[in-house]
Amino acid sequence: MSFLTISHLEKAFGSNLVVKDFNLQVAKGEFISLLGPSGCGKTTVLRMVAGFEMPTAGSITIDGQEVTGLKANARNIGMMFQAYALFPNLTVADNVAFGLKVKGVPRAKRDARVAEMLKLIGLTEMSGRFPFQLSGGQQQRVALARALAPSPRVLLLDEPLSALDAKVRVSLRNEIRDIQQRLGITTIFVTHDQEEAMSISDRIVVMNAGIADQVGTPFEIYNRPTTRFVANFVGTLNTFAVKVDDAATGRVRLGGAALTLPPGLAVGTDMHIALRPEALRLGREPGYETVVMGQIEEVHFMGSIIRLRARVAGELVVMDTFNRADQPPPVPGTEVEISLSGKDAIVLNG
Amino acid sequence: MSRFLAWFALIFGCLYFLLPLVGMTEFSLKMRRGEYSFDAYRRVFEDQRFWDTFSYSLALSAATIVVGVFLVVPTAYWVRLKLPQARPFVEFVTLLPLVIPAIVLVFGYIRLYNTSSWLPLTGSALGTDFLLTMGYTTLALPYMYRSVDTGLRTIDVATLTEAAQSLGAGWITILGRIILPNVMVAVLSGAFLTLAIVLGEFTMAALLNRPAFGPYMQLLGANRAYEPPALAVIAFAITWGCMGLMQLVTRLSKHERAKA
Amino acid sequence: MAKDSAWRGKRRLPLEWLGILPFAIFAVLFLIMPTMRIVIGAFQTSDGGFTFQNLLDLNTPSIRSSYWTSIKLSLISAGLGCVIGFAMAAAVVFGGLPKGIRSPLMTFSGVASNFAGVPLAFAFIATIGPAGLITMELRDVGINLRAYGFNLLSFWGLVITYLFFQIPLMILIIIPALDGLKREWREAAAVLGATTTQYWRMVALPILFPSLLGTFALLFANAFGAVATAFALTGPQLNIVPIKLFAQIRGDVLGNPNLGFALAFGMILITVLANTIYIVLRVRSERWLK
Repeated sequence: MSFLTISHLEKAFGSNLVVKDFNLQVAKGEFISLLGPSGCGKTTVLRMVAGFEMPTAGSITIDGQEVTGLKANARNIGMMFQAYALFPNLTVADNVAFGLKVKGVPRAKRDARVAEMLKLIGLTEMSGRFPFQLSGGQQQRVALARALAPSPRVLLLDEPLSALDAKVRVSLRNEIRDIQQRLGITTIFVTHDQEEAMSISDRIVVMNAGIADQVGTPFEIYNRPTTRFVANFVGTLNTFAVKVDDAATGRVRLGGAALTLPPGLAVGTDMHIALRPEALRLGREPGYETVVMGQIEEVHFMGSIIRLRARVAGELVVMDTFNRADQPPPVPGTEVEISLSGKDAIVLNG
Repeated sequence: MSRFLAWFALIFGCLYFLLPLVGMTEFSLKMRRGEYSFDAYRRVFEDQRFWDTFSYSLALSAATIVVGVFLVVPTAYWVRLKLPQARPFVEFVTLLPLVIPAIVLVFGYIRLYNTSSWLPLTGSALGTDFLLTMGYTTLALPYMYRSVDTGLRTIDVATLTEAAQSLGAGWITILGRIILPNVMVAVLSGAFLTLAIVLGEFTMAALLNRPAFGPYMQLLGANRAYEPPALAVIAFAITWGCMGLMQLVTRLSKHERAKA
Repeated sequence: MAKDSAWRGKRRLPLEWLGILPFAIFAVLFLIMPTMRIVIGAFQTSDGGFTFQNLLDLNTPSIRSSYWTSIKLSLISAGLGCVIGFAMAAAVVFGGLPKGIRSPLMTFSGVASNFAGVPLAFAFIATIGPAGLITMELRDVGINLRAYGFNLLSFWGLVITYLFFQIPLMILIIIPALDGLKREWREAAAVLGATTTQYWRMVALPILFPSLLGTFALLFANAFGAVATAFALTGPQLNIVPIKLFAQIRGDVLGNPNLGFALAFGMILITVLANTIYIVLRVRSERWLK
């Protein structure tokens, strides 16, 4: 039973169709990310769920109640904005208390709830400060507390981390996820950062030009992308042209080497397959039956991961390999053996 | 805000502003009994005093603009380039005319520069004209300074100066050939505003007893019925014209910048 | 090179300040000294000694009444200017009106805020004066304004006339402040359950408050120091401080030359106070609307 159902949602601005036939079912307590490039419509979908935009077609249902026609202040939803949006004239405590005050919750209960929320985000000692006295990360945490204080049914986050420093971004996203799981609140998170989406979501909706290209867990999205767009947007992809030897058995030829694809994937006489950087192994490795020769062109030592660029079968590929303290990385110009396996191949149809 | 309330507020406001303008225009056309005519305007334009005082105020506004430009442009330039620490003092001074009412200032002038003082400006007509021009300059100073300062902010004063100096230019050349042309838009904007202010000014001219346009209008208002509204129409048209020219000049400069 | 700059280092400070010498001379001669002359003169006797007597002499019924009338005039015209100006600004920024209205309104406000003084008085006399356009039209319909007690050449007539430049000034200042109200604040308030009224009461108006109060102070000072409009409209009939000072400067009607100084000093005190409030609040509001 879906807690939040978005059905055939559509939004047009004049003649410009920004969101086309968007469908999504979110279970209670689930953390869903809407991931995509700027202009793909993800923020518009979120704003329609919040009630700031009226859809031109389709419906939104929360916990069995149709909310499509309801005004934003009647939906019992919490929201975090990219620009924090804390009320500058109110202290931290008053900001957090705002949703409760508006509902008429008596002072004692209000204060207790505010204290509880401030403890949750770890900013109890800041309760008397004003927003301009806080850092960006602190302001965003207060924004989270403010959104959660009135116990909303759904939490919406509109790229809340984009305006923060890299380090704060990582720690805050983990904190958001942690609190979300503790409270069990159904959450929709909009972002253009795929690492962010993958690291904290239960499921991801990859959006492209107004439609949902693929919905799935981070694992599914990354390893089994169903469209070229998803495959390219999420992670890095190495594409190879291969010649099909025998479509029935899935035998294909990459460069000079033979490769066996999983059943059903090989079609026609020529096709393209794609492999993730970590699917190309340096040297020979058990489990990776196909071996090709490659020439290293660039070596980027990034700490725990070494990213290599090599030329394989005429293509410039990206390879990721783990750092090993006893094995220095190869030098550019070296010829190396690269092992790969047909089971890792991603076949794209368009 | 509900759309109905918004329209209501707007229309109420527009009515309040339009009615006096309509009223003064209509009244000014009613000199000839029973029909609309430009008689009031004809009387005004036939009055020698109109031309005397109008040209007097026009001349003084030109003088004020010149003084203003020569005072403000080098100062704003210098403060921006070499003396940022003087900025608070300069900005304080440019705010003073907005704080001290004109009547108080001119009172100070009369007491300070009368015939028994160390600088007896009020003793002669020319001296008083000079004093009045200075007074007008102070009235226009806040606007002129803010306009030029904003204009300077958009050009890289330091680099332009260094480039000019490396090519051998002296200060006057730099100010006259490099800086002034680049802030011409801001200067013109301030100039039009100065024109509007000086033409309509009453208090200083009246108390210094000079034959300016403002006191002339007031005198006519005390004695005549139809000429005053005609003068008001003329004054409003001039103010509107000045503001319009200001906007035009600003918009033209934006196009220039966009082209470049 | 080093020797050059070391030699220059000693001489640099005085030379650079020469650059603003003309401006400084102008400021001293035509702004600072005249003001100081008034301030000092307010505390001087006719032979140059120090005294508080001039200020004490201000305490006559006529002068007290003039200050009180001036304050009332300024408070009311500033208050009405603020309210009406705010309503019009809010209508244009939030009222869902066509986008094309804003620019003409700003332009017109710029013109109207400068159209003060003698011509303004004429315009109003021609419209709602004793023989004005509206007065006549209403009389044709049977409404006699005079009978209702309305007279343009009075305190309230002056208030209505002053609004012609007070309202536009408010519009010019408040529209940028209204723009500074971030859309996200409104949306955050809505999502938290607030109605439009609650949002304005709890968030928007408190944020705008320093701006509003500051502009009120500015409008107050503006009205307090205005002479020309009052002179042309009500002339010597209305007892306000600028008119009294005008008469005193022209012809020492008060019989005591130093009283003029005291009057002017009182004016300076009030306008400086009001403008200081404006500036302090402006700085405060800028901190929030960043």
